[in-house]
Amino acid sequence: MREGSAGAIAVAVGVVTVGIVVGWQTTLIPMTPAYAKVGPKVFPTMVSASLILLGLTLLWQAWAGRWRAEAEGEASPTDWRALGWLGFGLVFNVALIGLLGFILASTVLFASVARAFGSRKTARDLAIAFVFAMVCYLGFARVLGINMGAGLLESFL
Amino acid sequence: MDTLAQLANGFGVALTPMNLVWSFTGVVLGTAIGVLPGLGPALTIALLLPITYKVDATGVFILFAGIYYGAMYGGSTTSILLNTPGESASIITSLEGNKMARRGRGGAALATAAIGSFVAGTVGTLGLTFVAPIVVDFALKFGPAEYFSLMILAFVTVSAVLGNSAIRGLTSLFFGIWLGLIGIDLQTGQARFTFGILELLDGVNVIVVAVGLFAVGETLYLAARHRYGRDEILPVKDSLWMTREDWARSWKAWFRGAAIGFPIGAMPAGGAEVPTFLSYYVEKKLSKKPEEFGHGAIEGVAGPEAANNASAAGVLVPMLTLGLPTSATAAIMLSALQSYGINPGPQLLMTQANLVWGLIASLYIGNVMLLVLNLPLVGLWVKILAIPAPLLYGGILVFATIGTYGISQSPIDLILLYAIGGIGFLMRKYDFPTAPVIIGMILGPLAEQEFRRAMTIAQGDVTVLVTRPLSLTLLVLAALAVLSPYIYRWWTRARS
Repeated sequence: MREGSAGAIAVAVGVVTVGIVVGWQTTLIPMTPAYAKVGPKVFPTMVSASLILLGLTLLWQAWAGRWRAEAEGEASPTDWRALGWLGFGLVFNVALIGLLGFILASTVLFASVARAFGSRKTARDLAIAFVFAMVCYLGFARVLGINMGAGLLESFL
Repeated sequence: MDTLAQLANGFGVALTPMNLVWSFTGVVLGTAIGVLPGLGPALTIALLLPITYKVDATGVFILFAGIYYGAMYGGSTTSILLNTPGESASIITSLEGNKMARRGRGGAALATAAIGSFVAGTVGTLGLTFVAPIVVDFALKFGPAEYFSLMILAFVTVSAVLGNSAIRGLTSLFFGIWLGLIGIDLQTGQARFTFGILELLDGVNVIVVAVGLFAVGETLYLAARHRYGRDEILPVKDSLWMTREDWARSWKAWFRGAAIGFPIGAMPAGGAEVPTFLSYYVEKKLSKKPEEFGHGAIEGVAGPEAANNASAAGVLVPMLTLGLPTSATAAIMLSALQSYGINPGPQLLMTQANLVWGLIASLYIGNVMLLVLNLPLVGLWVKILAIPAPLLYGGILVFATIGTYGISQSPIDLILLYAIGGIGFLMRKYDFPTAPVIIGMILGPLAEQEFRRAMTIAQGDVTVLVTRPLSLTLLVLAALAVLSPYIYRWWTRARS
């Protein structure tokens, strides 16, 4: 079996699963008391059936090795360290943005993304990130008036 | 003539100082994000959607249109000097443009790209000006059944015909339609696919999906693949003034490119890739020096760049006249219209005359601004390319957070953003196109609405879709678009 086809099979199974979940959730849509020629279940049923059919076709293509996993040329190995740093930045951001506020959470996110892209100057990245996040906060929250939430530093600005 | 009077009125709207500022901001921002690899007009417009709460619709659409046109100009600079296309429609430009830059002819390549973009952008905008009212007259005859069939045709062409695989394109499309169905069903008031999460009752925000796919997914993909290594930025050694021979070889290519780009962009299929490929092929066939192709032929830059810009104008025809978006950018613009409570469709030219004609007039003005911004000031844009990748993508993800967290300050939206980013990563890795997700998400609920209207009028008789001649024609075209490659393959196999 060719390299990458295990991943392709997993993706195809994922598509079928989404289709099944859509179908299952469709049965949970309550029948409408309001009059409607086409009820709220018709389109969801079509989407569910299509996703299951497409997923099965993908599964067959992946199985037969007819599906090139990479769009452009030869596959390069996945850099799990880079993905790890990115994942850390994203999870940190979503977990602590409410507690620390936009500026500090974004500073950490920025620096971990920079790290994922191979930067080793973490102190410099943190400094740039902090200034960048501060400017963004002032620009968006204060000038454009978009609510960016409260936080440790935001209350002093 | 009525169209000219409307256009004059549009110039009156577009030339007000405030709208000139919006247009200028748009073209500057558009050029910048066009130059930067990894940032596109769809993502930028999605990130700017929150300003629809603060600014009037005309100003916002003039801004968005400036970004849309500007990105086309900026993309060519990157593909010529860096060989990394800033956006998909510039892939062809890099074929010849980068070779020209390597031979020390970067200045001429930039000049023919910018002037060609200006010429074709203006031709395309003229086309939009005069074709749009005709399409509207035609579209006013459409009933819900025709609309539904037209949307089916657009669904099929954007997902199954363009791209590498019809199956994967359609999978993206149906995933998008499903995302669009999440939330309260407006006709019956029933909640669909909310999984008991209150935030999902209002539906999934298109900002979250666009930013998740285009910013988070793309960043994950690039980081995991190490595809951010920068090529050297080629210096511009020669003058930006084109020689007499350059002009002679360019001008026909510009007009041919415009003639190819505008109609294809205006079709319900849309897309800028097909016309750029087609224009390249035509120029190669017609060139007196075909041996130069592959080594830096100026026609190979002039034609595709012109086709690219003319098709951008073409895409606005179905968007403004039918409410039919055929690119991710147009789909997001359409959702901006909806957030103003404006119904897209053939009535738009009448009910929102100031908006539409002001927008069209601003395109003429924006094209002139872009020519000035991109020729003498090209050195400024090249400097943007010097931003190191770690800082660039760090900044992009912080912007992604602003765009999402700024909607509701809810961690649910951020979690959804990252989940869709993860899906975007897998889609990129396994070669699923992402634009059909956005188009399906915006157009899917509209298609459902038209289907219901058609069924209500026909009292539940589905055959109305095939008994009305226009509707049947559209469905036959859609079927042909999907099946013709298979029929062709079967036919050639049967003959041999």
